[in-house]
Amino acid sequence: MMSMAKRLLVLTFALVFLTLGFVGCGKKDTSGKLVIGGTGPLTGEASTYGTSVKRGAQIAIDEINDAGGINGIKLEFIFEDDEADGTKAKAAFEKLMDNGMQIFMGTVTSGAGVALNEAIKNEGLLHVTPSASQIEAIENPNSFRICFNDVDQGKAMAEYIYQKLGYKKAAIIYNQDDSYSSGLYDAFKKRWTELGGSISADTSFAKAATDFNAQLTKIAGSDADFLFMPIYAEKASQIIIAANEKNIKLPLLGCDGLDGILNYLTGDNAKLVEGLIYYTPFLASDPSEKVQSFVAKYKAKYNLEPDQFAADAYDAIYVIKAAIEKAGLTVEDTKLTAKELGEKLVPVMTQIEVDGLTGKITFSTSGEPTKSAKVAEIKDGKYVAKD
Amino acid sequence: MKRINLKSHRNLIFVAAAIVVYAFIAYGMNSNLLPRATQTLAIKACYNVILALSLSLIVGFLGELSLGHAGFFALGAYSGCIFSINSNLPIELRFVLAALIGGTVAAIGGFLISSSILRLQGDYLAIVTLAFGEIIRSFIKIIPVTGGTAGLGGIPSLGSKLKTFTFSYVFVILTILVIRNIVASSHGRAITSIRDNAIAAESIGINIKLYKIKVFTVGAFFAGIAGVILGHYINFIEPANFNYNVSIEILVMVVLGGMGNLLGSIIAAVVITFLPEILRGFDQYRLLIYALALIFMMLASNSPRIINFRVKAREKAAGLYKKLFTRKEE
Repeated sequence: MMSMAKRLLVLTFALVFLTLGFVGCGKKDTSGKLVIGGTGPLTGEASTYGTSVKRGAQIAIDEINDAGGINGIKLEFIFEDDEADGTKAKAAFEKLMDNGMQIFMGTVTSGAGVALNEAIKNEGLLHVTPSASQIEAIENPNSFRICFNDVDQGKAMAEYIYQKLGYKKAAIIYNQDDSYSSGLYDAFKKRWTELGGSISADTSFAKAATDFNAQLTKIAGSDADFLFMPIYAEKASQIIIAANEKNIKLPLLGCDGLDGILNYLTGDNAKLVEGLIYYTPFLASDPSEKVQSFVAKYKAKYNLEPDQFAADAYDAIYVIKAAIEKAGLTVEDTKLTAKELGEKLVPVMTQIEVDGLTGKITFSTSGEPTKSAKVAEIKDGKYVAKD
Repeated sequence: MKRINLKSHRNLIFVAAAIVVYAFIAYGMNSNLLPRATQTLAIKACYNVILALSLSLIVGFLGELSLGHAGFFALGAYSGCIFSINSNLPIELRFVLAALIGGTVAAIGGFLISSSILRLQGDYLAIVTLAFGEIIRSFIKIIPVTGGTAGLGGIPSLGSKLKTFTFSYVFVILTILVIRNIVASSHGRAITSIRDNAIAAESIGINIKLYKIKVFTVGAFFAGIAGVILGHYINFIEPANFNYNVSIEILVMVVLGGMGNLLGSIIAAVVITFLPEILRGFDQYRLLIYALALIFMMLASNSPRIINFRVKAREKAAGLYKKLFTRKEE
């Protein structure tokens, strides 16, 4: 038989549990503030991207608030974990709405973003994604993105390689389990064959793969001029090490996923990526004052060099700021609902121009950014801009 | 005094409870008294309950460890949603038909897999079902009609959250009724006898193979329906929604609820749905705390004190019920 005290304890526990679930955490006081919400993976395999976005955005928010806000409007930033998963993103988005979100800066990954399309359409709020690159991630008229989409990037890379570098025979390795990688692959292949290039070795691997022997044997046996890797840096570093063991000495090319690859290659292995060329929106080594100031702040706060995700998020916040200024919002307007704000902010998005860390950004009505792309090369163990 | 058989009133109690729960949530949704996150999670809880119940039939009652439930979930989700996207019927009818199609396709999958692995038991069966789930997922990635890795978008929505919840809830109730009645029938006793002692069951003429196929088919059918609800709830599905972690999560619900305990599975499914969301305040430690909470709950639900408490509570409830209803009939 349970003692009274214990029974009470169990009862209290159950009650606390229920109230937490059904009432949720109380709303913060956000009067006089605009609430910008974001979701991204803070746990799980893709957590580095979400963490970078959260940090990059926070730096922009702090800068704006320290400078007195926008026409006196202070910004409040809330960020929820979505584990890069559609169902979790849905709950995270609703949680943000419960907490008074008025502008949405998310999602970080494409799959989670597409899962929110319906909700974003219904809410009618301004939506700016820093890094969801799949075409469908901004299919709503109130959605905009900072990064390039997969199709444009794949196309641009095909043109760059064919026209500028003059290579004609491609070897490709991509991740068939990843929508980012397969999206780039499809777009690259289409444009590449249109241009007249040929594909000597067309290989792919599964998400969990650690052995690339079969693919690399095929590549080594082909007459390719270069190896194109539209994948993320971690896997690419493993492939590059394995390729070196097979004595493959092809020039290496990739997309923005390769950003940060030197973090995965230590010692002598770092030399393997000398001359690697990739497409990137952001270079931490960019000497411009804007970039260096951001890099310094980021390093001081998090003791890490910022990556493109952090830069995309920083730009996303400044894009939102520009829209707020253009629409002429005042402190009174912070009381508006997400939808009412969306009606004011969405139409001005195509009129703003933001000189951000990832270039001068303007938006088309479809929500795609127009900005100049950078091509980076690894030289002497550093990322440098290339023409 | 006429003795009242509590069991005969069970269905009545169940229907009453179902209506009360529905009324409570529907009122909360309609008046927006429930936070929006909770409203969304209520729909998620619906398909999780269906998943837990359908796996409970296989794991809890038949006693076979299946780690491929996400595979059936995926089969139902994709087939039902592809139908839904390409159909022009009114959305309500489309959803119900999609659920039936999704359930049927998943049931066919369940039939095929179970009839091909009849000789396997225990760990071997677990591994084969795990592989089966992954094969389905890989297959979905390759065939063009599913959208591959990029996912299947444009799945129509039922409209408001309340509407989606209502339709999902009806399917939950149907699932509970069907599975409870299977378990309570002679089929159910045959199934549990296979779990408890397969040789003894066979010796009295129970066709083990036939029952295995039946249970897998029914379990897969409901998992397929859950998949269709998922699709119409997030309007976008991708192969990553159905990886083996999902199978494990469903298994956790069944084990946490107590093997062969349907009410337990329902409660556990709801708890597992809400728990990670309640822990949001913990930021990056969330999943760590979630795992710790699971360990704590597993320990707690098996502690003799809690079990004793549950038995006592049930007796008291039964006593109260008798007191209330026997008087009226006097």
